[in-house]
Amino acid sequence: MATETTAGHGIEGVQGSQLASEMAGSCVNADGGAVGLPQLCGDWMGNQIFWLIVTLVVTYFILARIALPRIASVLSERQGTVTNDLAAAEDLRARSVEAEEAYNQALADARTEAQAIIAQNKAEMQGELNEAIKRADTEIAAKTAESEKAIAEIRASALENVQQVARETAAEIVAAFGGTADEAKVSSVVNSRVKG
Amino acid sequence: MATEAHGEGGGLAFHPMDQFIIKPLFGGDTVSWYTPTNATLWMAITVLVIAGILIVGTSRRAVVPSRSQSVAEMAYGFIHKMVEDVAGKDGLRYFPYIMTIFMFIVTANFLGLIPMAFTSTSHIGVTAVLAIAVFVSVTVIGFVKNGAGFLNLFWIKAAPLPLRPILAIIEVISYFVRPVSHSIRLAGNMMAGHAVIKVFAAFAALLAISPFAVLAITAMYALELLVAFIQAYVFTILTCVYLKDALHPSH
Repeated sequence: MATETTAGHGIEGVQGSQLASEMAGSCVNADGGAVGLPQLCGDWMGNQIFWLIVTLVVTYFILARIALPRIASVLSERQGTVTNDLAAAEDLRARSVEAEEAYNQALADARTEAQAIIAQNKAEMQGELNEAIKRADTEIAAKTAESEKAIAEIRASALENVQQVARETAAEIVAAFGGTADEAKVSSVVNSRVKG
Repeated sequence: MATEAHGEGGGLAFHPMDQFIIKPLFGGDTVSWYTPTNATLWMAITVLVIAGILIVGTSRRAVVPSRSQSVAEMAYGFIHKMVEDVAGKDGLRYFPYIMTIFMFIVTANFLGLIPMAFTSTSHIGVTAVLAIAVFVSVTVIGFVKNGAGFLNLFWIKAAPLPLRPILAIIEVISYFVRPVSHSIRLAGNMMAGHAVIKVFAAFAALLAISPFAVLAITAMYALELLVAFIQAYVFTILTCVYLKDALHPSH
């Protein structure tokens, strides 16, 4: 394989065509194949160096004049946007914390107010209740006194009735025994007996 | 990667280096310094792609970025942060230059992975110009900013006095080797990957091993995608490191 290559490509080609190699310089053989390393061929160096310098200068101007400032501005703009957004987010967060505090404050206020209202209502109701109880007590006392009076009356009348009945019964009993009842004597006896 | 235009009449044809040949675009054989070549074409495409990503992609200037705008902003942020982290705040003055270098290399690397494409950054002539530009400008910045104090870079005060002259010689040599390693690293990585893919592609002509060859090409391609970015990243971060040395030469 190796012999084939050298024979077919390298040496034979160089020897074979002096004319062609004169025309193409010393870098290419008659078949148009490379002689040695094309990189080391002096004939081509100037051409590459010239076009490389052109390329680099053009690239440099494209980068320095257009591309790099543009990318730098885009990046700084993004940086600014991100910073602004972060600041805005921070601001909104502070506001939300504030709102939460206000909410908690309002809640606490409402709770204490509710407590106060409850206490007041309780006190009012207690007052009304006490009053009603007092009124009911006096009414009850009045009723009781009235009832006691009625009972006393009834008791007095009952006592009298008993005396009457006793007197009459005593008189009748005395009459039944054939005596005559002295009314005054009977009533004094009955009175002493009933009282005693 | 250039096409295999010429067969060898049967057998395997290995032309892994033909993809790096410079050809005039409009016919003719001579390549003088101003001739539009395939290198010119692909550098122009590189510029157009960079403009497409960084200008067309950001044309809406949206606060909430679209996909293309995100890519542009990511590239901007990536390099901006790299310059700031490595070279410091005063390195940001040179950010547009470093961004130019990074965008050119990364775009050219990825464009080179398109089949049939030409990879500008696989040529030592291209990467050497980039590396020498970095070397010269960093050296000039170093002397302009620090005057003779820039030479402290080579006089290591942390080392014991007898060792310092020896270290100074080593430092000076390593300083002047910088553009060489800087440029060969990039061109070599680009060239090697593309050449290996090309070799595997030639093997694909053999029926017996063509599945393996196709698999290998796929794997190499995935690796090359990684390398394309990593080499651009390495070139850029080394530029930042050199710039840091120029701005703050005392270790």
